[in-house]
Amino acid sequence: MNNIILLPIFIPLIGAIILMLAPKKVIVQRTIALIMSFILVASDLFLLFYVKNHGITTLNIGNWRAPFGITIVADMLAALLVVTTSFVLTCVIIYSFYSIGKAREKFLYYPSVLFLIVGVNGSFLTGDIFNLFVFFEVMLMASYVLLVIGGTKIQLKATIKYLLINVVGSAFFVVAIGILYSMIGTLNMADISRKINALHGVDTGMISVAAVMFLFVFGLKAGLFPLYFWLPGSYFAPPMPVLALFGALLTKVGVYAIIRTYSLFFAKETTFAMPLLGVLALITIILGVIGVISYYDLKTIVIYNILIAIGVILFSVSIMTREAMTGAVYYLIHDMIIKSALFLIIGVIMAITGTSTVKKFSGLMTVKPTLGWSFFIAILAIAGIPPLSGFFGKLLMVEGAFSTGEMFGGIVILLSSLFVLMSLIKVFTRGFWGEKTGKFNLAIPYKKMMLPVIILLTCSVLYGIFSNAIYPFISDAVDPIIDPNLYINAVIKE
Amino acid sequence: MKTNDVLLRNVTKVVAFIIFLFSLHLFFAGHYNPGGGFVAGLTSAGAITLTLLAYDIKTVKSMLNMNTIIITAVGLIFVVGTGLLGVFSGKPFLTHLYGHVDLPVLGDTSLHTATLFDLGVYLVVVGVTLTIIQTIGESD
Repeated sequence: MNNIILLPIFIPLIGAIILMLAPKKVIVQRTIALIMSFILVASDLFLLFYVKNHGITTLNIGNWRAPFGITIVADMLAALLVVTTSFVLTCVIIYSFYSIGKAREKFLYYPSVLFLIVGVNGSFLTGDIFNLFVFFEVMLMASYVLLVIGGTKIQLKATIKYLLINVVGSAFFVVAIGILYSMIGTLNMADISRKINALHGVDTGMISVAAVMFLFVFGLKAGLFPLYFWLPGSYFAPPMPVLALFGALLTKVGVYAIIRTYSLFFAKETTFAMPLLGVLALITIILGVIGVISYYDLKTIVIYNILIAIGVILFSVSIMTREAMTGAVYYLIHDMIIKSALFLIIGVIMAITGTSTVKKFSGLMTVKPTLGWSFFIAILAIAGIPPLSGFFGKLLMVEGAFSTGEMFGGIVILLSSLFVLMSLIKVFTRGFWGEKTGKFNLAIPYKKMMLPVIILLTCSVLYGIFSNAIYPFISDAVDPIIDPNLYINAVIKE
Repeated sequence: MKTNDVLLRNVTKVVAFIIFLFSLHLFFAGHYNPGGGFVAGLTSAGAITLTLLAYDIKTVKSMLNMNTIIITAVGLIFVVGTGLLGVFSGKPFLTHLYGHVDLPVLGDTSLHTATLFDLGVYLVVVGVTLTIIQTIGESD
């Protein structure tokens, strides 16, 4: 049977349940969390190749036929994102051993991380819009716990904001699903898509309203322009491994949800919803650029870099041509890997220097050259310098923008790369070069903390070098986005 | 003056038992009538909360003699395990098994593995509710 496509949800769930049984035994917690993440990587890779060989794979939960039960759908986009998630998870768990501290580990830290992964993987794999809501909530609940765990003052402040925003967002999500359900009468995403296409232009006003409501909800999770205001403050608070998980996964789930719903439901709403998405994405890029160039704080700069990446990807989604979407998928996966790597590097820097502002130290290169050069490679990758991973995706996205006549958008994407490079090189030269000033704490387990960083950076470099070998997978992922009928026919078998 | 809550305690002894029986009724009625694991769990937790009001947290803890987080985890194991029954019978996850079974005392009974799923839900709801009440009650 196709039960294997449930493994990305099932394995972290089992892991979290087992870990709940022995919360105080730190060694047990670490071992089981690590073993589960390794199994997850293996089974996700298996799923990736299974989907590559067999096409879009679906599973009707409880053996109920497609539009009536919950369907789990593994298309190539979901499979790729699930694999990336499991890589990031493994690296973050290894990193957590040396940085999160025993107090947090004894307080259900690893179960929360695994529940977060249940939510993230579930959101990627589900084929039912209400089930997507449920998995969003699983993910958000776990993220509330991870944000507040430890209970320092700044975390409590940030959690209140984050919680309020997300409760409002979830309420709107329910209302949006309610509106869509009252019009269409089904919750299965493939079935919704089929029935919206069968409307042939009738009642499209209300469909546009639903499109904008979904954009509001998912934009809130992803950090799109008028709705990003919670993100810099909330992401500044948690400890570094948690921040790496958040920065790499949470906003990207919002982006994935926008890609999925906009390609399936609202691809024909070209008069209002799609241009709105494009405009908001461009403003997000511009605001992100303003953010990255105005700070000297490493964490804040990378947090604003998240906004830029979100804007760049969503601008390509609004174009919705094959080329632009290929670029967007390339960039999405690259961004998940490189953002977690950057946050983990910054965690190492903060552990050594005790601060995240580069104004307080310099000359770190004389102390830890490996750290310096890995940070440098990460900067080049995130800016999109050719042999590295950020290049190919951005190239395709810019090409996609120019070929559809979106000159302004293409130029904004190109200029944004320049500012990303500038902002990070600025902190690099200031913190790593120059005379050795500031206090350096060399007692930390430096080599062990660098191991996951090096793994992620190697992934990123290989991803850039072998982008040709990865292309067939990305191409398979883009097919159902461009032609929703592939997705619909795979789910609803007549 | 020392307060004496002999009335409350004695009434609780009877009433908590009745509430618990009612929650069992709700639990088993769920398939054909209003009820089910969630509301049964809440009423059971209500019975335990009443005992908590009449006695103190130590008595209730010795009565349950179990960590509430473990209760939640066991409930989740039930839920996941019921899902696996479908997998082992060669069908998709969460496919339920059902049929008529001739039990020695009860005779011909229709059984459905959805009850086991509901038992998991019941345990999770009891566990979570009690965890919340105990944690808030114990913190000063």
